[in-house]
Amino acid sequence: MNSKSLKLIYNNSILGPIIFFVLLFCVPLVSSSNYLFSILTMVGFYALVCIGLTTLTGYAGQISLGHAAFYGIGAYSSAVLTGTYGLNPWVAIIIGAIISAVVALIVGIPTFKLKGYYLALATLGFGIIVYTLFKELSTITGGSNGFFGIPPISLFGFEFITDTSYFYLIWIFVFFAILFTRNIIHSRIGRGLRSIEGSEIAADAVGVNLMNYKLQIFVLSAIFASVSGSLLAHYVSFINPDLFVANTSIFFLIMVIMGGKGNIWGSIVGAAMYVLLDEILKHYVPMLLPNVGGQFEIVFFGILLVLTLIYMPDGLVPRFEKLISKFKKKTPTNGALQSTISANATGGDNK
Amino acid sequence: MLKVNNLHTHHGYLHVLNGINFELSEGELLAIVGSNGAGKSTLLGTLAGVYRASSGSIEYKEKDITKQNVQRMVSSGIILVPERRQIFSSLSVKDNLMLGAYHRYRRDHKNVHNEYEEVLELFPRLKTMLNRPGGLLSGGEQQMLAIGRGLMANPKVLMLDEPSLGLAPLIVKDIMQILRKLCDERGATIILVEQNVKAALKVADRGCVLAHGQIVISGTSHELLNDPKVQEAYFGKVEAAKV
Repeated sequence: MNSKSLKLIYNNSILGPIIFFVLLFCVPLVSSSNYLFSILTMVGFYALVCIGLTTLTGYAGQISLGHAAFYGIGAYSSAVLTGTYGLNPWVAIIIGAIISAVVALIVGIPTFKLKGYYLALATLGFGIIVYTLFKELSTITGGSNGFFGIPPISLFGFEFITDTSYFYLIWIFVFFAILFTRNIIHSRIGRGLRSIEGSEIAADAVGVNLMNYKLQIFVLSAIFASVSGSLLAHYVSFINPDLFVANTSIFFLIMVIMGGKGNIWGSIVGAAMYVLLDEILKHYVPMLLPNVGGQFEIVFFGILLVLTLIYMPDGLVPRFEKLISKFKKKTPTNGALQSTISANATGGDNK
Repeated sequence: MLKVNNLHTHHGYLHVLNGINFELSEGELLAIVGSNGAGKSTLLGTLAGVYRASSGSIEYKEKDITKQNVQRMVSSGIILVPERRQIFSSLSVKDNLMLGAYHRYRRDHKNVHNEYEEVLELFPRLKTMLNRPGGLLSGGEQQMLAIGRGLMANPKVLMLDEPSLGLAPLIVKDIMQILRKLCDERGATIILVEQNVKAALKVADRGCVLAHGQIVISGTSHELLNDPKVQEAYFGKVEAAKV
């Protein structure tokens, strides 16, 4: 396989996600550790949120610090609709997504008139409001005590109870989210979004409807977060408002920035890095600092965010891509040279 | 083709455009010159639908378009090339150009590809760097790209906001000649907003001097170049030019 085929698989082709997911789905063949599958399942939940968020942040250039709210809306919609009203979990997931989409639309219309820090602050405020509602509407949500007894998801009589089965379920959702998002990115909408990220003034001047696109992508990312939250609720069977505090939104943003904003693969890498580092911290910090409280994570990830922004502002995946292209430039092969020349000659995508 | 009647625009409490009147014929190059803060960019922004006019009217082909938004203006063929070029720096030259035809690509993609070739003929330098990110181009190349992107929108009226800003005199000369060529050979209608009065009036058919949101002098570019008041204004004394 030459470098051109690899580039094609990585950038545009459906083959990239297929190869990745085939390899991922082979993991149960080599390991049966429940711990590993619970970790991979958590990565899947976060990756699903981050795929939406990276499209919003990296492509449309909008910063949201309120995505934990949509994650929570999805989770509580599923919990209440299945736990209290006995609805089918799949129906509850869809209703949760619709509620999130409508809320995103209502929040987005006034919010996207704001720019930069104001937008981030407005979404942060929205997240805090929703968190407070989860806490205070105790007759519906169970308040601070949380919501117990959320039934598991089942499909054609098969119940997703084990970590391994849930691992498959969440990553199938991630697979389709990747395909859907890649389609959007490579379409006319994607070009419009990238133009907004590049220069709002110029995007406006070429006739891109800024408000419309920002809203559409905000709604899409809210739906992804909501579906992820719903699936989480059915996986853990118990949720409480603390899962959806403002810190969670910040962690989502850290995952996106760490992996590389505007890079779908970066969402998965960022989510994986976060979950891995979180596990390491939970394991080692109490050993090293026995009296430390539970808030050390935010300190650590805060420092990590600052370091990433200073030393690796593009994130891990784009940095890795740059390293590879540098390496290739240092050792040009005939094939690589030929493919570069032909790519230039045909005016191909340089991404 | 384009008629502006008693146009007023406010930015908050600031009365920026204070009764602008002018007409533009098809194939004409109109230079609007003036010092900083005269209202030049606001005038283009109002014509492009970026800013809403407080009162007055803009008529395009005898149709009132004053309240149209930017998307409608772009669809009507009134295209703004904004100040400081505003290139999509992370996107390739090709993607930058294609984005110019964003509003019409779906329904008119055959013509878009023809126009893409024509733009590359007009700016052969861009042809050699199609895959290069826009942000890595020089100032002059970026300006060519910005104009090319504007042309990809198939403009009926092309409005350029200070295309000479930050460019070397030789590059400015090239850019101005290209604009003249667009009018002469392709029948383009252009409104050119410039602080570089001499460069703008040299290629324009007509010109207006804007000061404090009003057109204080107008005439053919030859008349304006020889007008002592314009010459004074050109050296930064706009107040003295006020009639």
